[in-house]
Amino acid sequence: MAVLFENAELIDPVRGSMTLGALFVGDGRIAERPDDISGVTRVDCGGKCLAPGLIDIGVKVCEPGERHKESFRTAGLAAAAGGVTTMVTRPDTLPAIDTPETLLFALQRGAEMSPVRIAPIGSLTKGRAGREMVEMGFMLDAGAVAFSDGDSVVQDTKVLGRAMAYAKSLDAVVIAHPQDQGLSAGAAVTSGKFASLRGLPAVSPMAERMGLERDLALVEMSGVRYHADQISTAAALPALKRAKAAGLSVTAGTSIHHLTLNELDVGDYRSFFKVKPPLRSEDDRMAMVEAVSEGVIDIISSMHTPQDEESKRLPFEEAASGAVALETLLPAAMRLFHAGNIDLPTLWQAMSLNPARLLGLEGGRLDLGAPADLVLFDPHAPFVLDRFALKSKSKNTPFDGQRMQGRVLQTFVGGEEVYRA
Amino acid sequence: MAFRSEHLLGIEHLGQDEIVSLLDLADQYVDLNRRDVKHSEVLAGMTQINMFFENSTRTQASFELAGKRLGADVMSMSMQASSVKKGETLIDTALTLNAMHPDLLVVRHPHSGAADLLAQKVNCAVLNAGDGRHEHPTQALLDALTIRRAKGRLHRLSIAICGDIAHSRVARSNILLLGKMENRIRVIGPPTLLPSGIDEFGVEVFNDMREGLKDVDVVMMLRLQRERMDGGFIPSEREYYHRYGLDAEKLSYAKPDAIVMHPGPMNRGVEIDGTLADDINRSVIQEQVEMGVAVRMAAMELLVKARRARPREVLV
Repeated sequence: MAVLFENAELIDPVRGSMTLGALFVGDGRIAERPDDISGVTRVDCGGKCLAPGLIDIGVKVCEPGERHKESFRTAGLAAAAGGVTTMVTRPDTLPAIDTPETLLFALQRGAEMSPVRIAPIGSLTKGRAGREMVEMGFMLDAGAVAFSDGDSVVQDTKVLGRAMAYAKSLDAVVIAHPQDQGLSAGAAVTSGKFASLRGLPAVSPMAERMGLERDLALVEMSGVRYHADQISTAAALPALKRAKAAGLSVTAGTSIHHLTLNELDVGDYRSFFKVKPPLRSEDDRMAMVEAVSEGVIDIISSMHTPQDEESKRLPFEEAASGAVALETLLPAAMRLFHAGNIDLPTLWQAMSLNPARLLGLEGGRLDLGAPADLVLFDPHAPFVLDRFALKSKSKNTPFDGQRMQGRVLQTFVGGEEVYRA
Repeated sequence: MAFRSEHLLGIEHLGQDEIVSLLDLADQYVDLNRRDVKHSEVLAGMTQINMFFENSTRTQASFELAGKRLGADVMSMSMQASSVKKGETLIDTALTLNAMHPDLLVVRHPHSGAADLLAQKVNCAVLNAGDGRHEHPTQALLDALTIRRAKGRLHRLSIAICGDIAHSRVARSNILLLGKMENRIRVIGPPTLLPSGIDEFGVEVFNDMREGLKDVDVVMMLRLQRERMDGGFIPSEREYYHRYGLDAEKLSYAKPDAIVMHPGPMNRGVEIDGTLADDINRSVIQEQVEMGVAVRMAAMELLVKARRARPREVLV
């Protein structure tokens, strides 16, 4: 089926531009507009924004193991409603995705149940236990796009060094969660006045820098392609800049929550604001926003982590970490746009193009021949978020009841409509 | 009546006027408690449930006595031995008790914020009897009453809080209360026992006892918990006593009429010299216990009255 999107504000992250124009889609891909457009469906976008669909690195789907929290079906529907056309899924399931067989299971479930694309991350070590590396070769063949133990830090540097060296030989990407476990164990918030006032166990922001510096030394040894999943503190940025300047193959991400919320949002122990790493100071948040706009931080992701009510309705220290965010990634990112912090093409580099480049995916572009994974949205449309209206099975969003601006109108995967508001 | 709060979860959300009105009422209860017949009917017919998820002898006894002297029906539950062991969550336990229509829930819990969480789920007044490292509001109030009676005022005093500030809910509540009442607060302790961001609390921070105690009016000692004594936070018990234990020599740096306080239970010879603790000319530790009952009576009366004054929620 061929579609001509007309009168659309086209966001092109490759050129860093926004232009009012038309986009032609044929056979599921972006194509040259033919001279004869009889028989072509014409869509008037009414001047709204048309952009590559979001590619979200680090989505937890909870399948296998915790389907009561989220399934490929509900996550896929949530993604479609949020303009996310590729979910790069996390391996921290039960059991972990640490064999080619479990990886194929995830891919198969995704293909059957999810309206959006799935690109699975495999575990770096067996059982995410940080002792033995997984069968990286087989898992790459099965479709793994990267390897990561998620928020479980590989403590043994010898194990991590070898896994990186092996990954390098396969040109695989290693994604890590930079954190010094000695300092961060048991922490629920970031250290400082707020943590002390609330009497909560806290971690110094310095733990992130220490974890990153260690990882970067190992990257220097192995030459592996390395991505830090979430950088959230200003203290970690100089190391990141140094590594990039030295020509190491290093990229970094941050979560939408660390760009739009700070530690004070926890207020009187609101456990929906408990994420990992914990929310930081306002100074750190501002530093992250600046780092994204300058390209020091390459990728923004949702770090979608479904938790049921039981896991959250506990005293703050005991409550589970994480927040659902597939549906709120785009509207929350619009806060940065409306605040004048980051323009739309830069946001789309961080949420679409850069993830595609890192993982060798086709999307993230409006170029001819690119898959027609698209999101049509109105960056100005206001709404109040109701967590029970979310499509995710779990409703643990920190944005409940908040005013948001920016609504997804339509989402397309391979030219097919998967969501319409 | 200046008291507006629905719950007593911490000092943080109390106004100065609320603190003063509570202490004024507590003063009256001190008199009542010294009579032969120590009884009032203020809470007659009401039910008070004490839920202690953490061991406590003195605080639990104090709350129990306070409720009984006000005529309430008091039930104390040691939650460590109960359904919590069977896997019931804090909220389910609270909802179960809530269904029995208590008027006051007194809660002690090892996790910070537990009392806040309960207060959201039940429809009676919740009184925080200590949650994790967060707050212990009645302790701070009884300390304030003790100071006010000993010093004749509760403002423009120089007060030192010494020892394990980092793990102490008593220290947090006291810093907040004494700050609200416009006193000069000093905290003294080894850096490993001071919380992060302490310098933003509007207090002066000292690592040296003699320097910190200089010319203060009040010395508040804190209990050093056993599990902090070996190696992790301080090198040893004896080095701690040498550097931070309060004895007559260190106390001589304070004002000659400075009073010595301790929330108890004391570790004699660890944070405080035994003879000094018993010195009735300097130590007000026994008065603190006495004030505890009076302050808790006042707190419970005010909470119940504030709740009654509120228009009832209409159930549709």
